[in-house]
Amino acid sequence: MTVHPTHTEHIDSETGKLGMWIFLFTELFLFGGLFLVYAIFRAKYSPEFHHAAEELNAFIGTINTVFLLVSSMTVAGALTAMQKGDRRMTLLLLTVTIMLAGLFMVNKYFEWSHKFEYGIFPGSPVLKNMPHGELLFFGLYYMMTGLHALHVLVGMVLLSINVVKVKAGTVNSERFLMLENSALYWHLVDLIWIFLFPLLYLIT
Amino acid sequence: MGNETQPSYLEYQGRHKGLAGWLLSTDHKRIGLLYLYSIVVFFFVAAFLGLLMRIELIAPGKTIMEPQTYNGLFTIHGIIMIFVIVIPGLAAVFGNFFLPILIGARDVAFPKLNLFSWYLYITGAVLGVMSQFMGSGPPDTGWTFYVPYSVESATSVIWALTAAFILGFSSILTGLNFIVTIHRMRAPGMKWFRMPLFPWALYATAWIQVLATPIVGITLLMVIAERVLNIGFFDPALGGDPVLFQHLFWIYSHPAVYIMILPAMGVVTEIFPTFSQKPVFGYGAIVVSSLAIAFVGYFVWGHHMFTSGMSYYARWFFSFLTFIVAVPSAIKVFNWISTMYGGSIDLKPPLLYAISFIFLFMIGGFTGLVLGSLATNVQTHDTAFVVAHFHYIIFGGMGFAFFAGMHYWYPKMFGKMYNNRVANIAWGFNFVGFNLLYFPHFIIGIQGMPRRSYDYLPQFHTGHFLSTIGAFILIAGLLLMLYNFIRAGRRGEKAPANPWHGVTLEWKIPSPPPHENFDEIPEITSRPYFFGSKEKTNQ
Repeated sequence: MTVHPTHTEHIDSETGKLGMWIFLFTELFLFGGLFLVYAIFRAKYSPEFHHAAEELNAFIGTINTVFLLVSSMTVAGALTAMQKGDRRMTLLLLTVTIMLAGLFMVNKYFEWSHKFEYGIFPGSPVLKNMPHGELLFFGLYYMMTGLHALHVLVGMVLLSINVVKVKAGTVNSERFLMLENSALYWHLVDLIWIFLFPLLYLIT
Repeated sequence: MGNETQPSYLEYQGRHKGLAGWLLSTDHKRIGLLYLYSIVVFFFVAAFLGLLMRIELIAPGKTIMEPQTYNGLFTIHGIIMIFVIVIPGLAAVFGNFFLPILIGARDVAFPKLNLFSWYLYITGAVLGVMSQFMGSGPPDTGWTFYVPYSVESATSVIWALTAAFILGFSSILTGLNFIVTIHRMRAPGMKWFRMPLFPWALYATAWIQVLATPIVGITLLMVIAERVLNIGFFDPALGGDPVLFQHLFWIYSHPAVYIMILPAMGVVTEIFPTFSQKPVFGYGAIVVSSLAIAFVGYFVWGHHMFTSGMSYYARWFFSFLTFIVAVPSAIKVFNWISTMYGGSIDLKPPLLYAISFIFLFMIGGFTGLVLGSLATNVQTHDTAFVVAHFHYIIFGGMGFAFFAGMHYWYPKMFGKMYNNRVANIAWGFNFVGFNLLYFPHFIIGIQGMPRRSYDYLPQFHTGHFLSTIGAFILIAGLLLMLYNFIRAGRRGEKAPANPWHGVTLEWKIPSPPPHENFDEIPEITSRPYFFGSKEKTNQ
């Protein structure tokens, strides 16, 4: 039956990209639910959200934004390099992207543990004594940045798989759908952060 | 177009043999059957739980179980029936099996993802059933997981929430796969408006799956966070809002009703032309109404919450849109009836089920309008009337369409003919049993019988008694139908390629279809559903 290889045939790139775009829409809707909850409570508890947001460290947030923005650029560069057939450059840029993502996570770790030291974590007694709006703000803060951090981790795994595949030559200048889709996913992670950052850190 | 040298998909031996040849197969037809078998098993589990509930309600007071057991039963009956059976249901079984064939493709766009979706599905389904036995007792919140009770209940609600989340993810991936398949895999010459109408219905469904399901995903995650982390979004004591949960839940779960019913409408739309030997009436109207239902269906979720506390204008708006969304459904009914008008009708079991679909779906639809108008809603809210209404839509609509599809496509899927007489008798049991089971609920509902209630006042006894009798008749019919199919699979006559004289692509290939569906991808030159008259085919 080797004459009918269609069930295992690889997917052409337009088809693969269309699938990825639709998947990205579902991700936007997933976060959309949280943005909706944010909007409702922001409207209801404006002053308390204002006060709670001032507790967040906008400096760390800005650094992390820079990390992600630069990583979006490097992953786009990695894709362009692959299309031009420059494997060394692709690997270099992919590694830089993963490192930037790692730095983002390290920063996030310190930011979260700093909050934990002050006793600000979901269900903590400190939080329960705060006004309702601030409690909800921190609930949203942990839920939104937590879900986003999970996406960063998934993105790092995806990009690492790409590194292996580029080394093995299964992702190459003719077949780079996997790399392209992973880069799209990484841009989404970046895009969501670009909305999270002002909503949580800047609007005070 | 058939080719004798290719083995059928049932006999095909690929890289994996035996059971692994099924469990690791990326063939859309085999995956369709995997879904079919799992759905049949879970359906009978949930139907059995339903029967137990009916036995409990045959007389007032305690009959066979404790109240807490009853709460667990209606919860898990709902979760299995909604999330495991009717939401994937027709799309996963017939969609997987026939979508690629109907549009002239060899498979879906992402065969591996398709198999992965089934594994997600089975994981979620098993988790859902396990929630009955794991942790601290069966969940007792009802399938809607309303807060604050779903946060406070000491039972293993988290298992059920996780199960629903995983099933939702599976549903998203199936929808994604179908959208891309329809966009990219149509045979040469099959323009959008040359597609048969079942693929159109699946297309509309798939968009709802993709765009609505993530909302329930994040909502279920939030409830889990409420329970585990005490995060407060839905807890008034912490500043949250329980009504917010209801909004988020129904933003998905109302469109989910259309995820269930649109493929059902698609299936009967295939059946009416074949058994009337007449082109479908108003092809364009059916396409547009499918898309309109999918679109407007997004904006009616509030009609589940008329008594929950919403502004007057919001209620007015949702009620108005609920009436609007009934219009495209009614258009389809006119189309189906007009398709039969003047045709040479052949009342075989598939058509019998399809006609009962119209009948039951219309009762369900009209009573939906009773619930959708503000004044009558307050009277009937959370009564047995609601139970009757949605069983008429979900079982009478989607369930009977599923049976119609099974009888229509069984010869193609398995290459065997079933016994028509037994099928007709089983239909009689199903139709009578179904109506006897659910119609009394309309009456006792209007009289004030609340839903999800373990006990009731003596004046509701007659209704409940009749209803339980109906449940037994229905179960008998279902078992007879199942027996008929199993017997056909073992000893049925070999089915010809085209037993019903259908004209869509699946009838132009052998029964059961060969592994690759088509030897050569067909070239499409006309709209579907032209019977005999060749001069009309060049539109």
